[in-house]
Amino acid sequence: MKHAKTATQNACKLCNPLGACLAFRGIENCVPFLHGSQGCATYIRRYLISHYKEPIDIASSNFHEETAVFGGSHNLKIGLKNVSKQYKPEVIGIATTCLSETIGDDVPMIIREYKAEFKNGSPMPIMIHASTPSYMGSHIDGFHAAVRATVKTLAEKGAQEKLINIFPNMVSPADIRYLKEILEDFKVPYMLLPDYSQTMDGGPWGEYHRIPPGGTPASAIAMAGSAIASIEFGSTLEASKSAAGYLEETFGVPRYHMALPIGIKESDKFFDLLETLTGQERPEKYDDERRRLIDAYADGHKYVFEQKVIIYGEEDLVVGMTAFLTEIGITPILCASGGKSGLLRKSIKELIPNMDELGIKVREGVDFVDIEDEAKLLKPDFLIGNSKGYTMSRKNNIPLIRLGFPIHDRFGGQRMHHLGYRGTQELFDRIVNTVIEQRQNASSIGYTYM
Amino acid sequence: MEQISILEGRHKQVFEKKTGGEQVEISCDTSSLSGSVSQRACVFCGSRVVLYPVADALHLVHGPIGCAAYTWDIRGAVSSGSELHRLSFSTDLQEMDVIYGGEKKLYHSLIELIEQYKPKAAFIYSTCIVGLIGDDIEAVCKKVAKETGIPVLPVHSEGFKGTKKDGYKAACHALMQLIGTGSTENISKYSINILGEFNLAGEAWIIRKYYEKMGIEVVSTLTGDGRIDAVRRAHGASLNVVQCSGSMTWLAKEMEQKYGIPYIRVSYFGIEDMSKSLYDVAKHFPERPDIMEAAKQVVSEEVKELYPSLQKFKKALTGKKAAIYVGGAFKTFSLIKALRSIGMSVVLAGSQTGNKDDYARLKEMCDEGTVIVDDSNPVELSKFILEKEADLLIGGVKERPIAFKLGIGFCDHNHERKIPLAGFVGMYNFALEVYQSVMSPVWQFAPRKGVKI
Repeated sequence: MKHAKTATQNACKLCNPLGACLAFRGIENCVPFLHGSQGCATYIRRYLISHYKEPIDIASSNFHEETAVFGGSHNLKIGLKNVSKQYKPEVIGIATTCLSETIGDDVPMIIREYKAEFKNGSPMPIMIHASTPSYMGSHIDGFHAAVRATVKTLAEKGAQEKLINIFPNMVSPADIRYLKEILEDFKVPYMLLPDYSQTMDGGPWGEYHRIPPGGTPASAIAMAGSAIASIEFGSTLEASKSAAGYLEETFGVPRYHMALPIGIKESDKFFDLLETLTGQERPEKYDDERRRLIDAYADGHKYVFEQKVIIYGEEDLVVGMTAFLTEIGITPILCASGGKSGLLRKSIKELIPNMDELGIKVREGVDFVDIEDEAKLLKPDFLIGNSKGYTMSRKNNIPLIRLGFPIHDRFGGQRMHHLGYRGTQELFDRIVNTVIEQRQNASSIGYTYM
Repeated sequence: MEQISILEGRHKQVFEKKTGGEQVEISCDTSSLSGSVSQRACVFCGSRVVLYPVADALHLVHGPIGCAAYTWDIRGAVSSGSELHRLSFSTDLQEMDVIYGGEKKLYHSLIELIEQYKPKAAFIYSTCIVGLIGDDIEAVCKKVAKETGIPVLPVHSEGFKGTKKDGYKAACHALMQLIGTGSTENISKYSINILGEFNLAGEAWIIRKYYEKMGIEVVSTLTGDGRIDAVRRAHGASLNVVQCSGSMTWLAKEMEQKYGIPYIRVSYFGIEDMSKSLYDVAKHFPERPDIMEAAKQVVSEEVKELYPSLQKFKKALTGKKAAIYVGGAFKTFSLIKALRSIGMSVVLAGSQTGNKDDYARLKEMCDEGTVIVDDSNPVELSKFILEKEADLLIGGVKERPIAFKLGIGFCDHNHERKIPLAGFVGMYNFALEVYQSVMSPVWQFAPRKGVKI
């Protein structure tokens, strides 16, 4: 069968504004606002809700035909006014869409005009603008663009504080909570952005909250310029596109850039860095976690050794997972992403210099049909990635281990850990159990002790 | 609790039924207010939902990736054969395409995809920027149709060019291009098309079986379990039976004008409306009293089985209060009746796309004190849920977390449901789902019950 190559089929990526909306949800008292058609906001809300199972209000400037002809300035201003009135936000996170970018709306200018026109009204929310045209990059680019724009808008220079900035990348609310726990245990002041650990995974409400509680306060982000260091996760995230990069360039805050800390080696690097920056030893609790993890590796090593997997998702997640998988003897025979930074292979090579000997293949800018074609040839033992691989998993009868975003067909994606010793432990247990389950099901005897 | 106010500019879209009160005519059919978090979508969404279930067609979204990614395998519309509709195809326009135009990419995408998947037809959805960058979609579609020999139909669904309703119309327009191109040979005089039924969780099959038991031939279902060949011969039916009036009335009117096929509006939700939809079809064929007899037979058999099984739910649910916020107003009418039949009252009723007549009728149907809303938003919905102390919200995925956060039950009555809610068996499923959600013991921990958290 001849395969269509021009079109994207079953995309392994989402659009730029989605990432921005998620990032803006990690700021306290912030409403994400999409400058474009109503559909963008609605589709993105729906998509995020299916994973996070939280109400997610995203406002829209709701373009009409005239808006597209005469520019979106009028609609944006009315929209900002209405959102300010109804939500009383401290911050409005404005992200553009393909539509507003194509007609060439000058959003920063419109914001300036808006501020001038309404300066005598009620308190003016802080407005952050991220340029996120859907025809460039993917959701992860929108995420980083929003984080960088936030820091750019809010961070100020001040006397150096014993403060650490941490930009964890697009990780789960559970991961964010774990990172906060670590930093609190190190007893070091920190500014983590974005923090949607509560806004995207919170408790029940006795009354309606226009904006759910939680998120990084604007006042904390303002301090980012006076931190002693920024830690930024994400191997393929370049300084020129990142928040830590901006802080280093503008305020001289050193940027410590590393892979997502998944697996023992990468987690060690993270804890080592924290020890160096704080001058303190890691709390005993984390040594315990690490020891338990090493013990688990020993207990489970035979199940996983020389298993072949295909891993897909955002590039940085793929890099982090690849580092972890190789240290337990699993070969990621294909590392695939819908993203296209041009840095995926290089980033993996940095962590795993013998990647070619191991048979690790890397492909950027692919869709699920491409991955499926590879799967048919490579015959992996299982797939690792988000829920969107389910179609190919079912069709080809290859088990899927779900992680990352989105998890639309399982429960608790928002509470899943990926990072550090604790996250690695969870992942390791799940992988081993997947193998055991497979063997048990395939066995004619059905051993009850495995 | 903090007072929540209605946005200025939305006062005419919210109404509380009170005798002797001011008679406000609800304003609807308008675009959503900028900055309001509407639960509506866009023109593209309207077109996409209507055409989505056509299972043997290629659905190519022309634009950047988002629109296709967010609608990949999104609905519970099932097919008895081809499942091409469950894949997602996008031209995935990039910056260079925006600058230099996307026509070539569209052309090559189409030629390759048609070669690979051999669809019976192709629908090409325009998204927001397509109009702006000046792609001549019509020309590309014509060219590809000529080269491949299948109908290649442009769907003008640029997101910002109207509301979801305009998207319905664009989809119906594409369907009209197909209708009338197939043979109507051997179609019975006693035949119908089922319009606006999308075969969510196999609902169209349930409905079809009822009609077939009455001796009625179903020529085509638009668009549930849809097939291009069946759409092509839809003009051979004697009657169009329209559900989901919001999306398909336009098509029914067009078919009436062009082919002289009359139409009736029906709903398959709840015992009352489901029965009526069978009787109304039977009434259309007065020369065949046996059809009416068969309809009565179907209803009596089904109700005999269903009615006793509902009593358990009714006993538990009597006195409970529901809020309804769904896409079409016609569904709201049925839901009010269905809820009443299991002992529940309705304290909030609204839709995304109802028209003036719909809201007038809604007002008539509702009890004193019921709030009626058009194109609502989470803030308003929550305000009324709390004020009116609702125990249940009926809506779609976007409304679900609002209900659960506030600690009340929820029933998904939207396109993503996986359990059939139409037909007599659907009424049972509906009652069961409402019962399971409203009566769950987990709500004892919800803060609205005065529990400290």
